Amino acid sequence: MSVLVFAESSEGKFKKIAFEAVSYGKKIAQQLSTQLIALTINAENASELSTYGANKIIKVNNETLSTFNAKVVSSIIAQAATQENAEVVIIDSSSNGLYVAPAVATILDAGYVSNVIEAPSNTSPFTVKRKTFSNKAFSHTEISSAVKVIGLAKNSFGVVASDEAATEEDFSPEIANSGVNSTAINKNAGKVSIADADIVVSGGRGLKGPENWNLIEDLAEVLGGATACSKPVSDLGWRPHNEHVGQTGKPVASNLYIAIGISGAIQHLAGVNASKVKVVINIDPEAPFFKAAEYGIVGDAFEVVPQLIEKLKEFNSKN
Amino acid sequence: MKILVCISHVPDTTSKINFTAENAEFDSNGVQFVINPYDEFSLARAMWFKEKQGASVTVITVGDASTEPSLRKSLAIGADDAIRIDAQATDGITVAKQLAEVIKSNAYDLILTGRESIDYNGATVPGALATLLDYNFINACVGLEIEGTSVTASKEIDGGTETLGTELPAVIAGQKGLVEEKDLRIPNMRGIMMARKKPLQVLPGIEATSSTKDVSFEKPAEKSACKIVTSVDELIDVLHNEAKVI
Ligand SMILES: Cc1cc2nc3c(=O)[nH]c(=O)nc-3n(C[C@H](O)[C@H](O)[C@H](O)COP(=O)(O)OP(=O)(O)OC[C@H]3O[C@@H](n4cnc5c(N)ncnc54)[C@H](O)[C@@H]3O)c2cc1C
Ligand SMILES: Cc1cc2nc3c(=O)[nH]c(=O)nc-3n(C[C@H](O)[C@H](O)[C@H](O)COP(=O)(O)OP(=O)(O)OC[C@H]3O[C@@H](n4cnc5c(N)ncnc54)[C@H](O)[C@@H]3O)c2cc1C
Repeated sequence: MSVLVFAESSEGKFKKIAFEAVSYGKKIAQQLSTQLIALTINAENASELSTYGANKIIKVNNETLSTFNAKVVSSIIAQAATQENAEVVIIDSSSNGLYVAPAVATILDAGYVSNVIEAPSNTSPFTVKRKTFSNKAFSHTEISSAVKVIGLAKNSFGVVASDEAATEEDFSPEIANSGVNSTAINKNAGKVSIADADIVVSGGRGLKGPENWNLIEDLAEVLGGATACSKPVSDLGWRPHNEHVGQTGKPVASNLYIAIGISGAIQHLAGVNASKVKVVINIDPEAPFFKAAEYGIVGDAFEVVPQLIEKLKEFNSKN
Repeated sequence: MKILVCISHVPDTTSKINFTAENAEFDSNGVQFVINPYDEFSLARAMWFKEKQGASVTVITVGDASTEPSLRKSLAIGADDAIRIDAQATDGITVAKQLAEVIKSNAYDLILTGRESIDYNGATVPGALATLLDYNFINACVGLEIEGTSVTASKEIDGGTETLGTELPAVIAGQKGLVEEKDLRIPNMRGIMMARKKPLQVLPGIEATSSTKDVSFEKPAEKSACKIVTSVDELIDVLHNEAKVI
């Protein structure tokens, strides 16, 4: 028996969510008094995972896997789970993680619970807490199958150091037929993605028009954050769809979410509520967002934001 | 081309979510149910294929009779026929098993779903369904073209998009981008009248037990009041020293 974590990497490097998934896996391995095994694919620095508690690292190195293919990767995770006799398989909630997890569970005839935010409250029956109803509620969900697949919500458990001396092994799984082929990847060069960002700066209709978006972009830049927007802003074509956050757009679970000229409609809040600290800048003190935020400034964005950018530049130069 | 669009019948986005039976059950009292917003994009794209390239469009849901208004609405939007699998939807993988059973005997070329349902947010059904059927699968699809049996799709990835090619039969999980918001369909009077005469078939479900069960629910804790700051200096100070996020 073991706990298996798929530690995702991109161009050889682990993302923070991989460390979070390993930290989470460690907790469950301790609860079950068993080994934590981490699976890596073409990762350069696999041994790093021992810092978060992996007892064994199984490494796939295969050039044909340089572009991510969901079918191939889900088959590899399932093969690793079978080889390692894993009782629990943990997968992160990156776009790749969400793509593969249901397939892994189906191959393993396992129960799958996504959006999990805490370590199991009980291991028999195995019970986890997950976000449901678009962040308007939580469910305590029992998993009764022998193998359990858990999709860990981003920025929920945190990264926890736990030093182990891990053994490392090469793993050569069968490579499944890909079925789907990648022909191009278009990344917004030089921009932090909403999924990866610790800080997200978001603009709404209160900004009046796309010509004012330098405020949002400049603020995001001084904070090292990503830019986002409310749904009407993307529907109006002021900003691209991939910036639309909320219940029907991208979910945000960052450390800091700054909402500027956004009223705080229920559908918007549902998608961003999982962020740890929310700041609202709005001219209307009655805007519903003030009820959902930790901090707020009542004021005109066109006055407040330029000041904030200037003061943050000063702050950055001192810190 | 035979298209099947999977419809999830969910609480309207404005719904207040409450629970009954000592927080063990979702309280549907006073809740307005709608077609899952993501599924509307998939349905609208299916209608586009029907009108521009020739296709039949069937909509399907797994659930009890209370889900039928969403199927009728889909018919009013223009789907040709509807299927309801008469089974309690108890988790994503079980729903996928129910759907797979019907699809196996019906040779659909293209299965369209939403990326996730806005109630249980499982994001499970499409990937599980594709795996059960051994069909090609594209998640988070924001652009879809089909020529013959060849599929070109655009998928959202973290920080951008990826262009993917595959072959039918395929399962595609859609979201905004598949069509634009303005191209979503609202049923008109004629559509609503016609929908009444279109076939809605009720099929029995298979025996399938779920491996997961929501045993209780909880609402987020009441938030403490927002701290209003009066200057950007104060804001930077609290974010740095109190919240420790910058
Ligand atoms: C099915 C459905 C799904 C939806 N999904 C989403 C979703 O995923 N995400 C989403 O965002 N919305 C969603 N919506 C839309 C949502 O209901 C709101 O309409 C939307 O969030 C409002 O966007 P907004 O806050 O930018 O605009 P408004 O509501 O118009 O708010 C603008 C705000 O700017 C403030 N303002 C004006 N001038 C200034 C100034 N100079 N300085 C500072 N503040 C100023 C105003 O006081 C106001 O509060 C959905 C709606 C439906 C029906
Ligand atoms: C009385 C009752 C109890 C329930 N208890 C639970 C529970 O304990 N745990 C739980 O997870 N869910 C429960 N459900 C919800 C129901 O099972 C969900 O439809 C199912 O779990 C799929 O949700 P998902 O979030 O995984 O869907 P997702 O995988 O997020 O949905 C993605 C897409 O799959 C398709 N799809 C989803 N559901 C259906 C469907 N029913 N029919 C056709 N297509 C569909 C849609 O295209 C949707 O956009 C319950 C429902 C009822 C009525």
